[in-house]
Amino acid sequence: MADRAVTGPGLRADVRVAGRLDAHVEAAAGEVVAVIGPNGAGKTTLLHALAGLVPMDGTVEVAGASWTQPARLVRDRNVGFVFQDQALFPHLSALDNVAFGLRTRAVARPDAEATARGWLARFGVEDLASRRPRELSGGQAQRVAIARALAPEPALLLLDEPFGGLDVGVATTLRVELARHLASYDGIALLVTHDALDALTLADRVLVLDEGRVAQTGTPHDVAARPRTDHVARLVGLNVIREGDVFRSFSPSAVTVSLGQPEGSARHRWRGRVLSAAPHGDAVRLLVAAEPELIADVTPAATTELGLVPGREVWLSVKETAVRTYARSPDRPLPSAP
Amino acid sequence: MSPRAGSATLGRPPLVLVVPGALAAALLVVPLVSLVLDTPWGSFVDQLRTPAVRDALWLTALASAITVVACLVLGTPLAWLLARVDFPGRTLVRAAVAVPLVLPPVVAGVALVTALGRNGLLGSLLRETTGLTIPYTTTAVVIAHTFVSMPFYVLSVEGALRSSGERYDVVAATLGADRWTTFRRVTLPLALPGVLAGAALAWARSLGEFGATITFAGNYPGTTQTMPSLIYQVLQSDPEVARTLSMILLVASVGILAGLRNRWLTAP
Repeated sequence: MADRAVTGPGLRADVRVAGRLDAHVEAAAGEVVAVIGPNGAGKTTLLHALAGLVPMDGTVEVAGASWTQPARLVRDRNVGFVFQDQALFPHLSALDNVAFGLRTRAVARPDAEATARGWLARFGVEDLASRRPRELSGGQAQRVAIARALAPEPALLLLDEPFGGLDVGVATTLRVELARHLASYDGIALLVTHDALDALTLADRVLVLDEGRVAQTGTPHDVAARPRTDHVARLVGLNVIREGDVFRSFSPSAVTVSLGQPEGSARHRWRGRVLSAAPHGDAVRLLVAAEPELIADVTPAATTELGLVPGREVWLSVKETAVRTYARSPDRPLPSAP
Repeated sequence: MSPRAGSATLGRPPLVLVVPGALAAALLVVPLVSLVLDTPWGSFVDQLRTPAVRDALWLTALASAITVVACLVLGTPLAWLLARVDFPGRTLVRAAVAVPLVLPPVVAGVALVTALGRNGLLGSLLRETTGLTIPYTTTAVVIAHTFVSMPFYVLSVEGALRSSGERYDVVAATLGADRWTTFRRVTLPLALPGVLAGAALAWARSLGEFGATITFAGNYPGTTQTMPSLIYQVLQSDPEVARTLSMILLVASVGILAGLRNRWLTAP
């Protein structure tokens, strides 16, 4: 994946920000790349560096043009940036916000306003054109913010947790809308998210950052099925354990919980203390402080029967047939790759 | 706001606080009330028609208007530089800008004479090259007013620029805006309340300016005699005129305060 040649108007970047980030990023035109990772992994730093908002070493090439040799100012980079808190200009109407990026690129006012109105219409908020940001709901404001970023037709669209801080229902609707717009957008989109659902539904590829480095790249399906970091495993709800050169992952529903040491064919077994128990769909999800921390789904009946409350010592086991094994290093062949 | 605990729950306010507090209020209010009561309202309009008063009124209005314009045109860029550009010596410049706030006005006048007087640092240069001299002209009045008023304006606008934040500057840059466009379309509109407050403060300071003006520009009727200078001159000889003029300045000051009420008169 990492050495796949990008042809045509794509993104190729080596971004180094001292003490925070050292990442290689590639994307083809029209691709949507989800950037995931724990807090402090460097996701936002990556977006800021690509936009030119923080000083960086390395190279950024977009659509065949270098943005770093010579260094281009933010305003000359042709990016669209969607901020988590929208950051709409509070003194401008929704229409003027969307028209702003067109006006700065010397589009005449009537043309800019007509185009901006078109973008508001595409996001279903054209009747809010004359409203100020403080008169918009969170979801409406984020639609305007995305329209504002897309209106100047940037080569690179950077979205920093665009659904953060929105109600779950609003986020779901907006996710569907954004997927539609990203499908017809022919630039490159990088989407920072905390939500596995965003990565799975919106992205063509997923880039996993961990402590400022790229821990994994791949299709959403591949990353979800074979996570290489605990963070991603948690995001997609899998247990991942490391054994030498391989990872082993298994679903929390494949885990058997018992009070005594399990007998029989289960090869993998751990002893640990229940840290938390919380409803998860029809089941109860336990977080168990074993070595490492594991999650297990049990029925509510079993929870009561076994007295699975925080502090309880339990045994966890999983059958070998329920465990998926894959190479730890992304550069090695996958022993169990399909 | 939580309901305020009153006398019913906490007991009566102690006299040791009530008495000095009332005294302080009286000290501030009584002189103003007596000025209002003592103003010769019967001859008020006639007083305004005398040439000396008319000239002083006109000169004060002119000087304070030009001062506000000078603050807007020169002070706004300075406030922006202080708030947004990390240049060497910025802290020093900001400190220097604040000095006239606390400087005794007469010292400001002496400083202006030292710089722009006939034999001053810049004044002598100006005289030798163009033959022009500044002291004792209406220009000197405007310069003195601007010198003492500008700090109020710059600090008010700088504060507004800082609190509106660089955040929207960054957003504008991602939308392709250069810094001048960003300043015009984003930074300045967002700082507008601070600009208006700063302009009102500068205007108020200019209306009452006396010490620096009389030191640097003198007290010549028609060219440099502003209202405060005239009040000072006629207080012994013609106290009625002095009170009339004082009343006008009081009304103007209260008007400014009313305009700024959202900032100062409403308790947080």
